[in-house]
Amino acid sequence: MENAVEFRNFGFKYKSQAEPTLFDINLQIRKGEKVLICGPSGCGKTTLAHCINGLIPASYPGDATGELFIDGQSFRDMDIFKLSKTVGTVLQDPDNQFIGLTVGEDIAFALENDAVALDAMKKMVGSAALQVGVMGHLGSAPYELSGGLKQRVSLAGVIVDNVSILLFDEPLANLDPAAGKSAIELIDDIHKATGNTTIIIEHRLEDVLHRDVDRIILMDSGRIIADMTPCELLCSDLLVKTGIREPLYITALKYAGVVIRQDINPQRIETLSLPTEDLEKVRSWYRSVPQAKTPDNREVILQAEGVDFSYEDGPRILKDIDISIGKGEMLSIVGPNGAGKTTFSKVVCGFEKLCGGRILLNGIDMAGMSIKERACHIGYVMQDPNQMICKNMIRDEVALGLTLEGKLSKEQIDKRVNSALKVCGLYPFRNWPVSALSYGQKKRVTIASILSMNPDLIILDEPTSGQDYRHYTDIMEFLRNLNGKGITIILITHDMHLMLEYCTRAVVLADSHKIADAPCEEILTDSEVVVRASLKETSLSELSVMCGIEDRTDFIRRFIAADREARS
Amino acid sequence: MITFDTRLLAAFAFIAIAVMIIARIRISDVRGLFWFSFVFMVMNNILIYLFSPEHGVSIYGSRTEICHLFWRYYIVSEQLFYHLNVILKYMATIPVVIIFVSTTDPSEFASSLNRIGVSYRIAYSVSLALRYIPDIQRAYHDISIAQQARGLEMASRKQSILKRLKNATTMIFPLIISSMQRIEVIANAMELRGFGKGKKRTWYTARPFVAEDFICMGLCIVFLVASFLLNAVNGGRYFNPFV
Repeated sequence: MENAVEFRNFGFKYKSQAEPTLFDINLQIRKGEKVLICGPSGCGKTTLAHCINGLIPASYPGDATGELFIDGQSFRDMDIFKLSKTVGTVLQDPDNQFIGLTVGEDIAFALENDAVALDAMKKMVGSAALQVGVMGHLGSAPYELSGGLKQRVSLAGVIVDNVSILLFDEPLANLDPAAGKSAIELIDDIHKATGNTTIIIEHRLEDVLHRDVDRIILMDSGRIIADMTPCELLCSDLLVKTGIREPLYITALKYAGVVIRQDINPQRIETLSLPTEDLEKVRSWYRSVPQAKTPDNREVILQAEGVDFSYEDGPRILKDIDISIGKGEMLSIVGPNGAGKTTFSKVVCGFEKLCGGRILLNGIDMAGMSIKERACHIGYVMQDPNQMICKNMIRDEVALGLTLEGKLSKEQIDKRVNSALKVCGLYPFRNWPVSALSYGQKKRVTIASILSMNPDLIILDEPTSGQDYRHYTDIMEFLRNLNGKGITIILITHDMHLMLEYCTRAVVLADSHKIADAPCEEILTDSEVVVRASLKETSLSELSVMCGIEDRTDFIRRFIAADREARS
Repeated sequence: MITFDTRLLAAFAFIAIAVMIIARIRISDVRGLFWFSFVFMVMNNILIYLFSPEHGVSIYGSRTEICHLFWRYYIVSEQLFYHLNVILKYMATIPVVIIFVSTTDPSEFASSLNRIGVSYRIAYSVSLALRYIPDIQRAYHDISIAQQARGLEMASRKQSILKRLKNATTMIFPLIISSMQRIEVIANAMELRGFGKGKKRTWYTARPFVAEDFICMGLCIVFLVASFLLNAVNGGRYFNPFV
């Protein structure tokens, strides 16, 4: 069979960097294959994708060594425009890649650039929209759609051009769990229907493996370290070594002492078949893990009572929300996009005014408090650190709030700033410019700048978005540490792993209402809540059914207890 | 629009306001622009009077004094008539701008610009700029509240203008950084889908010319010719009722 993509001793160095980003890449992807390229941040997987779609060298110049053939042609004879007829790329963040003002216009963009006549164009747009199921939305503005539909529109904009290779750059980032699941199903359906070569770049292994892939290419530090079937990869110890999260059921099986081997078909929870002795191993492990302690009753720090909110003559965004948050708690607020999670935090911080109900902080109604007064007690960390950082130097940024306040002397400010920097592990970089930091480090700078204000409560909006497992663990362990020091933490997220592993309790908002307020494991086993909140059930729950353990909630609870034990 | 002929300006103002009503533009949507131009018009008139209280006299060549105010400031019929013309000029042009801004779809605008010969790269950048304005406003709002939470005061009247300006510039930094990132992503997305490869492109939003379009264009030509004709008849840009 012919190769769709072939790298031969390929290497690449960005013009702006001293060291190469890719080394000795030898990789063949056959026509019609479906391949997952996986690896931690900075492993070179995005660079590899840019070499395939031509953004290297069009947007990111550098020096390439070796050979790369796309559809049999050397990359040296191609440019980004020629490549765009063969390779269709769906970028990471659907929000930022919409070009057209309406769905139809956006899907048509590639055709417009090819100067296709209007009548033919409308027909082609129609059939692409039909294929991905957005036919009824051709006239809508893309940003009005839900995350899942946006992803479908981006896909339609690529398949409309009849490309033979589809490249997905982190398709799951920014999608809620249910939308992510249906995106993976859609990619698979399109792959089966068209027979295109499909390349998926993603580090969320378990979610991609929801549908079969032919091969997984694992990368680390600019090299390919594995090129094998999902089954072979899961049976190896390479995932743990590179810091990619294994599927949860695999982790559970390992804790139970089950050896992961090919004859149990570990690639998907649906294909997993365990012999009797392995099932017994899981059951006896389950019984041996001690019951987790239920936390004691806490003093209430923040109490929302009957909170109502809507923008001026807009629809209600929050309806009659009651939430009570204990001192020192680490709680997550989850729910689909647009359910009002972020709005709730804005109301708490005073950025938006309540339309009804009240919010008490330590028993005192906050109605009369200004944004600034609330900020002394409640810190808010935005999702995108670039939207928060105003100063060039790290130290100035962390000191900004205190300097503006103007109450403390310079020495006192220095003391507070230094201790915030130390807590966040940024003290060695204190005199660096912010621009020298990675995304994750910038995130820490924003947390440090909030910490220096000594808040009792911090609200973080999607603290781990765009982070791989290693950085995710870093940030979350750091937050857990802070929490251990008595700071109450509220996480706004749709990452189920995050809520399961780090929070004891979750509040679920959907359609402007609070639909659940319970321990995380109970939420994830309540199928009605799971559907309404765009979550999905964890594979642990299926594993417990498979092993004949009736109390799924308790199985998950004990797994988390064991997992915390194992990781600390 | 060089004409200052009062009759023509009055006709233009009438038509412009009528079209604005026909287009069902809600005043609440354009309140900001409306007030801005109103304040600007008032300032414009005051300044004309302060610096050149007898400008009308030099235009119309006669002087009909009504009364004396103080120093060199008189109330003169010719000057009042000149101010009426300035106000009419605003009333004829501002509604047109409002109609343009609130009824033009940026994509259709780009495709039309391209059709009249503007390079599609430029036409597209205009359309992109127009459509990103709301996005940037949203980003600015988010950044501003996050900074207020850190004690940056924006709307406080307690501070001097200079201090408030300085605080506003603090927010420009994150706004620029986050906008630059958006630009990089959108530029990549456009290039990956072949923007800029050919000399020509087609437009999904292109609309064929219909009878109404020709009628409008015809009317515009009639107005243009009328203003030139009146220019010749009046012997200048002004209509002079004082002769």
